[in-house]
Amino acid sequence: MTIAIIDYGMGNLHSVAKAIEHVSPDERVTITRDARAIKGASRVVLPGQGAIRDCMGELERTELTGLVKELLSDASKPLLGICVGQQMLMDKSEENGGVRCLGYMPGRVTRFDDTALDDQGQRLKVPHMGWNRVHQHHMHPLWEGIPTGERFYFVHSYFVQADDDAHAMGYIDYAGSRAHVATGRDAVFAVQFHPEKSADAGLRLLANFVTWSP
Amino acid sequence: MTLAKRIIPCLDVDRGRVVKGVNFLGIRDAGDPVEVARRYNEQNADEITFLDITASHEARGTTLDMVSRIAGEVFIPLTVGGGIRSCDNIRALLNAGADKVSINTAAVTDPDFVYEASQRFGSQCIVVAIDAKRVSEGGEPPRWEIFTHGGRRPTGLDAVEWSRKMVDYGAGELLVTSMDRDGTREGFDLGVTRAISDAVSVPVIASGGVGSLDHLVAGVKEGGADAVLAASIFHFGEYTIEQAKQYMAAQGIEMRL
Repeated sequence: MTIAIIDYGMGNLHSVAKAIEHVSPDERVTITRDARAIKGASRVVLPGQGAIRDCMGELERTELTGLVKELLSDASKPLLGICVGQQMLMDKSEENGGVRCLGYMPGRVTRFDDTALDDQGQRLKVPHMGWNRVHQHHMHPLWEGIPTGERFYFVHSYFVQADDDAHAMGYIDYAGSRAHVATGRDAVFAVQFHPEKSADAGLRLLANFVTWSP
Repeated sequence: MTLAKRIIPCLDVDRGRVVKGVNFLGIRDAGDPVEVARRYNEQNADEITFLDITASHEARGTTLDMVSRIAGEVFIPLTVGGGIRSCDNIRALLNAGADKVSINTAAVTDPDFVYEASQRFGSQCIVVAIDAKRVSEGGEPPRWEIFTHGGRRPTGLDAVEWSRKMVDYGAGELLVTSMDRDGTREGFDLGVTRAISDAVSVPVIASGGVGSLDHLVAGVKEGGADAVLAASIFHFGEYTIEQAKQYMAAQGIEMRL
């Protein structure tokens, strides 16, 4: 079995690869942009970091947009989106003056309000950076063994809001907004946080992904 | 409010080895950054920062090797600072497994470098180190200036204005170190921490001068810091990170326990 991490030039792929290798020493983990290797893999990770316009642009430039859409419509191949890789699955993002995304899940990506104050009158910082509690909204095999309210590591300024409640797997409340930080549909699960940097909880989620058979 | 305040232990490394003696109980090789990082991870550290003090340019490959070994075993965010001058330096560190880099002197000599780096790699991985020293007299309104070369060289830059500028240029986080307090164990300079935290929208890490757990509490409550960085109180085993977190939580601060 091979797990392919799609390398379209955006993001720190090595941390993800190392974390997956750590939880599944018997799987082959490859970082690749080769369409045949990605298609042949039994599971796929779609990472993403930086500005969403650049991520969508690089996916297009490396001629992987069509392939990713094909993978998304394959309801038997597990795909994990991480960070901007989660945001890209939505219809559109308001970042960079508005960017059309992959449209796999209806919903949008908006920015946290950086003028919001917390209950002690302190300014809430954007990027939302650090460890926050993720509340599980629906049961899902990827939550197996992880209590609701567990903390994961985040670093982002934009967040997903899914239109369909059935797609919202987990959320946080920050700066006056409810962010759907975990979304899922069929064989796709996507998270805004970084499981590869979220200590034991993150490793558990990755281990669940590796054994998930949707 | 559920976002936790962070505790970040900081390690000085030279040629891939931890220096300035880490000395806590039961550690076999206190100079091995992998073992020290693993121990801090077990103590529930929220992130780890490495300050690379390797003087020779040629020996910097050892840092990359070190980061790569740590990133294969410790799955929390890693920041590397010290001597970062080019996008090539940054790319090499990120590829080795660092999550953020901290830019210090190069930001002062060439602010456009911060802009270029944040455009290229995203603000989320660009930390700008603000080394500030108080320059106002007792009766005057407080004013802090940016210093380089370990606090020896003044730049004439106002620390609060400079912080705003660095955020405009794309810094995703600021590491604010008081050069007056660094190494004194008298506590953070809460004035500069608060002034900068109030002036910018991005997270601020307080650094320099921690000697007790109350200093960590004050950094958050009075300084308005989002994270606190300390070295010696953890390295010498005075307190574990877990103890510090419990103490801060007992003072009403949201922590990841």
